[in-house]
Amino acid sequence: MGWMNFLLRTRGRQRLDWTDVLSYTYLVVGLFTMFAPVVWLVMSSFKTEAAIGQFPPTFMPYTQKTVVVAGHDKPLPLFTVTLDDGRKREMAQVQRMGIMATMVDPAAPEERVQVNIRQREPVNTLKFAWGNYTELFGKFTFGTYLWNSVFITVVATVLTLLFNSMAAFALSKYKFRGQKGVFFLIIATLMIPPTIILVPVFLVINHVGLLNSLWGVILPAVATPTGVFLLRQYMLTIPDELIEAARMDHASEWRIYWRIVLPLSAPALAVLAIFSVMWRWNDFLLPLIVLSKNEFFTLQLALNSFQGELNTQWHYLLAMTVITLLPVTLVFAFLQRYITTGIAGAGVK
Amino acid sequence: MSTLELRALYKKFDQTSVIHGVDLQVAHGEFVVFVGPSGCGKSTLLRMIAGLDSPTDGDLLIDGQRVNDVGAAERGCAMVFQSYALYPHMTVYDNMAFGLENAKVPRAEIERKVHEAASLLRLDSLLQRRPTQLSGGQRQRVAIGRAIVRNPKIFLFDEPLSNLDAELRVSMRSELRELHQRLGATMVYVTHDQVEAMTMADKIVVLRAGLVEQVGTPVALYEKPCNTFVAGFIGSPRMNFVPAALVRACPALAAWVPSQAHQVGIRPEHWLACGPGEGLSMTVRHAEYMGAQRLVHAELQDQTRVELLVDGEHALSAGQTIHMRVAEHHLHVFDAQEQRIERAAV
Repeated sequence: MGWMNFLLRTRGRQRLDWTDVLSYTYLVVGLFTMFAPVVWLVMSSFKTEAAIGQFPPTFMPYTQKTVVVAGHDKPLPLFTVTLDDGRKREMAQVQRMGIMATMVDPAAPEERVQVNIRQREPVNTLKFAWGNYTELFGKFTFGTYLWNSVFITVVATVLTLLFNSMAAFALSKYKFRGQKGVFFLIIATLMIPPTIILVPVFLVINHVGLLNSLWGVILPAVATPTGVFLLRQYMLTIPDELIEAARMDHASEWRIYWRIVLPLSAPALAVLAIFSVMWRWNDFLLPLIVLSKNEFFTLQLALNSFQGELNTQWHYLLAMTVITLLPVTLVFAFLQRYITTGIAGAGVK
Repeated sequence: MSTLELRALYKKFDQTSVIHGVDLQVAHGEFVVFVGPSGCGKSTLLRMIAGLDSPTDGDLLIDGQRVNDVGAAERGCAMVFQSYALYPHMTVYDNMAFGLENAKVPRAEIERKVHEAASLLRLDSLLQRRPTQLSGGQRQRVAIGRAIVRNPKIFLFDEPLSNLDAELRVSMRSELRELHQRLGATMVYVTHDQVEAMTMADKIVVLRAGLVEQVGTPVALYEKPCNTFVAGFIGSPRMNFVPAALVRACPALAAWVPSQAHQVGIRPEHWLACGPGEGLSMTVRHAEYMGAQRLVHAELQDQTRVELLVDGEHALSAGQTIHMRVAEHHLHVFDAQEQRIERAAV
């Protein structure tokens, strides 16, 4: 009854309250609706190209079993055939003409039987198509896309942390005329949807000649109002006496920032780093307008470009989608404690 | 040599005036204590000396040099904050070395100075700990150590003992005194606790509402408080204030109360028992037994409450009428403006 204990421990009661039932139901439904598509995606990414197109679809990655039959160079697909007399036999298909298929018993390759295709079922076996992943690295200059994505994410996150923390330090620890005004101006930009400033941003990037450069993606969003707000609120909790003590200790303002304020803001910086990694890795719109050359594509853009006009290689597309999901998933799995405290602390997401 | 001088110092925060013209001279090697009730501006004064706040008006001189426009770091002061303000992410060693590192002192010398200060303060074994792993008293010593290593001209203490428990406060008090004697440095110490002020200071500066009420040695302040505020603030338990008319009505004391006297101050420890008619008669409300002594709360005929410190052996019960007098040199006489009337003027 270990799991029953687990379920009942919410209030230390002996039986489930109706609110417990409700919340568990909600959680299970939520888990299913949110997680099922992802699980389906992961399972499908292990299917062969043929298995993905199969109808009715299967959850697990099945492929048709093949056998090597004497007298045939290639392995033949295996079927379960229902014979005229009602007996079932496993036979390999040699060829198919219209609705009739020529089948052969792998044990007795000389004996050929003509079978209506309705009388046979493919014999499926569980098989993970790792090739979807391994082949990716050789194809589509996947390595370049991965590098572009990683470069943008890492560099942009480092710059975001640096610039936002400097702004937050000034806004939280210095008293100057217009301090509140500046802060509210920064916060006010939260109200402007990014899509609205997309065109001006594009024009600016174009004028400074950063089109088709990774820096064109990194620089425009380095200063974020969310980050400044989050860090400022945290830095307000650092006692002013520490900074005064440092000032009396001959520390320059830069040293106070670098040696005192920054290390003490580590929890808030961690939260912002997580957010920044997620934003940058998942970002699509900005890279889409800034990067038009194939060699600068990020993974997200590459995914989009895989969807060809006539033909989409779904097995590669799915495998690549899984890979793009991985970093964010890992970040979430290991740092979710910081994320929840960050959201609770800053009141933003 | 390191002297400190304040000349007509004013401080305003926006429209609120906090310090209204303070003049003060501190000689080299003096231990000066600023004392006063909360909000009297003593911490602001200290912060102005440190360079953390700038005065609105007036001059601040260290070693005869005007330092109003000199930055906090260049003034050669070291401050020990009320909250200690130790850098929580650094070890004790790094906390003490930080100031020297900033001043670009060679590494070997930093090490020597830190170890020297650490052994002086018995922190040797704690150098690799972080402030969170230390007790209150140890943190206090680290904060002092951080001040010592910089070899400052003037030490500034902002209520450094207020976060310690009573027992530790007493032992730290004498440790600080010893430190002062050993270093011979000028120290300015802020506290709201008059006991600390009395026990530690060479010179006490009593502040009220941004003004200096009296400057003097602990003995001078205790024996000759210049007004009722200082008289009430210095000494524990508080001085009693008895209407002059009541004391004048008592034949044994009348001669010592001049006509312009308004109030007479009598310290609780100066009451002496006497026979009926020889002193003031009062009714005991209750008595607190404190071992060697007994603190008696009593009421004079006109309902003025007074406190008396009497020998612990005297058993007194509530409602009992007692007679008390005071040696005339223990009478403090104040006029209607609450200013002291000197005996010479009587």
